[in-house]
Amino acid sequence: MAGIFLILRQILLLSLVSAAVFALMKVSPVDPVDAYLGPAIAHVSPEQKAQIAASWGIDRPAHEQFLAWAGHLLSGDPGHSTTYNAPVLQVLGDRIGPSLALAGGAWALSGLLGFALGLLAVAAGGWTDRVIRLYCYVLAATPTFWLAMLLLMVFSVRLGWTPICCAGPVGLPPEEVSFAQKLHHLALPLTALTLFGVAQIALHTRVKLAEVMQSDYVLMARAQGAGQWDIIWHHGMRNAALPAVTALMASVGEMIGGSILAEQVFAWPGLGRATVDAGMKGDVPLLLAIALLTTLVVSGGNLMADRLYTRLDPRMSGR
Amino acid sequence: MSGRLSAVLAAALALVLILAIAVFPLLLGDLGLRAEFSARNLAPGASHLFGTDQMGRDILARSLHGLALSLWVGLIAAGLSVLISALIAMASGLGRRADQVAGFVTDGFLAMPHLMLLILLAFAFGGGTTAVILAVAVSHWPRLARILRAELLQIRAAPYVETARALGRSRLHITWHHILPHLLPQMLVGFLLMFPHAILHEAALTFLGFGLEPSRPAIGVMLSEAMRHISAGRWWLAVFPGVMLLALVLSFEMLGTALRRLISPREAQC
Repeated sequence: MAGIFLILRQILLLSLVSAAVFALMKVSPVDPVDAYLGPAIAHVSPEQKAQIAASWGIDRPAHEQFLAWAGHLLSGDPGHSTTYNAPVLQVLGDRIGPSLALAGGAWALSGLLGFALGLLAVAAGGWTDRVIRLYCYVLAATPTFWLAMLLLMVFSVRLGWTPICCAGPVGLPPEEVSFAQKLHHLALPLTALTLFGVAQIALHTRVKLAEVMQSDYVLMARAQGAGQWDIIWHHGMRNAALPAVTALMASVGEMIGGSILAEQVFAWPGLGRATVDAGMKGDVPLLLAIALLTTLVVSGGNLMADRLYTRLDPRMSGR
Repeated sequence: MSGRLSAVLAAALALVLILAIAVFPLLLGDLGLRAEFSARNLAPGASHLFGTDQMGRDILARSLHGLALSLWVGLIAAGLSVLISALIAMASGLGRRADQVAGFVTDGFLAMPHLMLLILLAFAFGGGTTAVILAVAVSHWPRLARILRAELLQIRAAPYVETARALGRSRLHITWHHILPHLLPQMLVGFLLMFPHAILHEAALTFLGFGLEPSRPAIGVMLSEAMRHISAGRWWLAVFPGVMLLALVLSFEMLGTALRRLISPREAQC
């Protein structure tokens, strides 16, 4: 029963968010026609502007627009992107792959590496712990896009090891880019996002593991003569894994935010770049679609983080 | 050294740094703002410690102006945001139904990637300085609101509040005289810990082009200009403004953590 209630609440939440986002787009003083035309505005008469507005349907009252948009959305059509002059679905389809490779890859990697770093910090203690903690605190305060720029300057401009932009060699159509070339282009953006994502997971793991190491059962194991790594392997890891997974689920939103910035720096052709373009050019349908898609992912992540704890922990399953 | 003493020292050091950042730009005048074409693209050296940009502006002076700007934006935005979170927390203290509504709204704000929400808000407010301040203020309150709500529910059950209620004091009187004073320390710490986020997000929004106007000497503007010249190999354009922003953010983190250690020593052991 509780599950159904939660899902209903989630649906209500999502529909309210979409209505709120639509309202935000409509109160914006940015005129979509002006933003779309840009400098070409000088060559367009007011009548032509009104024609463009009419063909986009944005001359009708806001509530009519909302109902029309929501109706289309429910039937699976989120509209037409004015920035790319293509259906929104097609823009999303073209860009979701690169975005998944970048943000999803960095998310998985930072989960694994962060967990390992957290374990190492507690197990080794002393200076290793201090260095790892310092790294995490400094990285949490570092602007993501600046970190990406530094990597770009060192590895692409100075050393020339990695390409300076994009998801493939410039001028080559996407379908002709080989897998090795794709990996080569992905390496640096992925590194930047992972460096940034690792910090939070490592801190979470570390705090939880430090707590476990203070517990009675670890004291008991120690009294029986178990070594540090033995204790961490048998007692620490399992107990620290759950909070780490929960933190990882909750970090989905941060990862998407980070990937918007990283995609901008590395000119990566994903959803993040499309978001920025759509925002700059007043492309409301595309912006709405991406916002809703990411909201779906993030609220799913939050929900999972809440539920996972009670599901995976055998001590909680009695309820 | 005792934990309290080191916390006080850390707080003092951070405060001095922050005050210096606030005061320095006043002494600089228009140095770092005015274009000087005889000194374009100079590498860091004796006359320009951090080098100059493509318009001949001193990077050190310009970064200091930028930090002061960040400080103001962060101050207003985080202040507004703390106010919102206090209002939301107090609203959830009104009753069960109000609590549910407030919780729902909070969840709604947390359901979207933070940066996405910021972009949408900045777009809705039309871009520029006011839009950034409003966007940051409207998007940063949920976490603090949750903390304040938990605190408020605890205070409401305290004996002195029950006594006041039994003595027939009005709800408003109790909130103002008994509950709010106890929330203030948490609000102060929340403000200081929110500040770095506010500054970082302002810089990110500005970098993407949704934030402060390109004519302003903001760190985000400097970095997005550096991005345009990145293949020219003039590393100082990007390195120094970023390092200075990092220093400002770290000093606020330090101040916030130190104050939290002083206010609630038991919670902040780790």
